[in-house]
This record gives sequence, structure tokens and C-alpha cells, in this order.
Amino acid sequence: MQNEASDVLSQFRQGSPEAVEAAFETLFRLHQRAVYGWILRIVRNPATAEELTVEAFWRMHQAHARFEPSQGFEGWARRIATRAALDWMRARHVERELTTEMLAEVAAPSVTDPAITAEIRLKTALAFGRLPPKLRIAATLAVIEGQPQKDVAAALGISIAAVKVRVFRALRLLRKDLEREGLTP
Amino acid sequence: MNAHDDERMKEVLRRALPPVEGDELGRDLWPAMLRRMDAESGAAQSPGWAWFDAALLAGMVAFGVFVPAAIPVLLFYL
Repeated sequence: MQNEASDVLSQFRQGSPEAVEAAFETLFRLHQRAVYGWILRIVRNPATAEELTVEAFWRMHQAHARFEPSQGFEGWARRIATRAALDWMRARHVERELTTEMLAEVAAPSVTDPAITAEIRLKTALAFGRLPPKLRIAATLAVIEGQPQKDVAAALGISIAAVKVRVFRALRLLRKDLEREGLTP
Repeated sequence: MNAHDDERMKEVLRRALPPVEGDELGRDLWPAMLRRMDAESGAAQSPGWAWFDAALLAGMVAFGVFVPAAIPVLLFYL
């Protein structure tokens, strides 16, 4: 089984064109759910996550010659998926999507902490959407989704210390933005 | 911002944007992947315009070399 998997990775890296295509299909079918789930955590929209999953796998297909089988497929796929999501965030005004898609959910009363009012949550969601994408993606994965910092660092291709700095900056900017709106979280 | 503020801000953020639930993929994306690959390979082998343009340009250059007197006339009509 192990040999079979490593064979697929080698074929994907440097097989004949037919072997690359066959290996790519195998890897796609094996990893599409994981890649989709990871992207969904970042973009928070199932249709967009599907679209970006295809985009990410297309990039993997294009970059197959640079794939290093010894380092495993999951981490490499996750890095490319994160990059695809980041490019999408940079190209789009996510704050607009946040307002329309999450308004109803965000406006619902909080049962766990009544001090965090619907207004605070809504303005926080909007302010979060205004953060620079590279800070937003780090905070989304590390704070909201609670992913281990080493996984976030690997996916973003940065150090754990850099993840901590980005999260800290994201929270500080968020707080300042809310204070400008007259809210003290 | 102290550690308490930091934790409070994280909590507010998590309340505003709760973690995604149900990250199950509802359908197989392989057909969409195939469509994407077909579209990209179609774009890569885009119609023979590039080849046609090169041939036309080569013809014009050859014409200019063999009949230089025609160049001002061609330029006049361009």
C-alpha cells in the first residue's frame, strides 16, 4: 500500500504524460475533500471553495514537475490551495460577501456571551473583512478555525513566529477599527 | 493591547465569525476538473492565428525585400 502510494507520487512527479495524468486523477480523488475543506475554512463559502479546489488542483497539475515526493502530497497541496485562496481574497472585496452571507447568522443573539451584542459581532465581521488578506488568512486559520500554528505556518510558507505576528497585527488592527466605530470589545 | 485584551478580541472574533461547520464536499469535483483542463488545453492550442499572423508578416517582409518600391505605397494605404 505504502509502495503503491509512493509510486503514484513518483509517477505524478516524473512519469510519462499518460502516467502523470493517471497519477493526477488518483491524487485528485484522494485529496479533493481535504483540499476543499481547507479552502472552505478560509473562504467560508461552499461554491467558492469548490471553484478554488479546482483552481488549486489545476495549479498542482501545472507544477507537477516541481513536486517533491519525499515531502508528501498533503502539505504541498495545502500550500498551493492556501495560495489560491489568498489570490482570490486579494482579487475580491470579501467584506461585501461577509455582509451579505453572514448578516443573518451574525445578527442572531449570542447565547453564550450576551455582552457580545449583535452590533459588535456584525461590525467585527465587517472590520475583519477589511483587514489585509495575509493577516486575515492567518487569523482565520489560527483564531477562528483553531488550526495548529505549525499547520498554518506550513500552509502559508512562513515561520510559526511570523504566524503569531500576523495574528497579533490582525487583532490589533481589528480592535483599532472597532474603536474608530465607537465600540470597545 | 495586553494578553487579556488579546484573548477578548479573539473571543469576539470567534463569536462574530464562528468556525465553519460541515466541511463535507457535496459532490465529486473531478468532472469540473476535466472541464477546466479541457478549457486550458483548448486555450493553449488556440486557433491558428499566431501561425497565420507569422506567415502574413513573413510574406509582407519578403514582398518588401523583393519589391522595395511598393513599401511607400503600402505605408500610404495602412
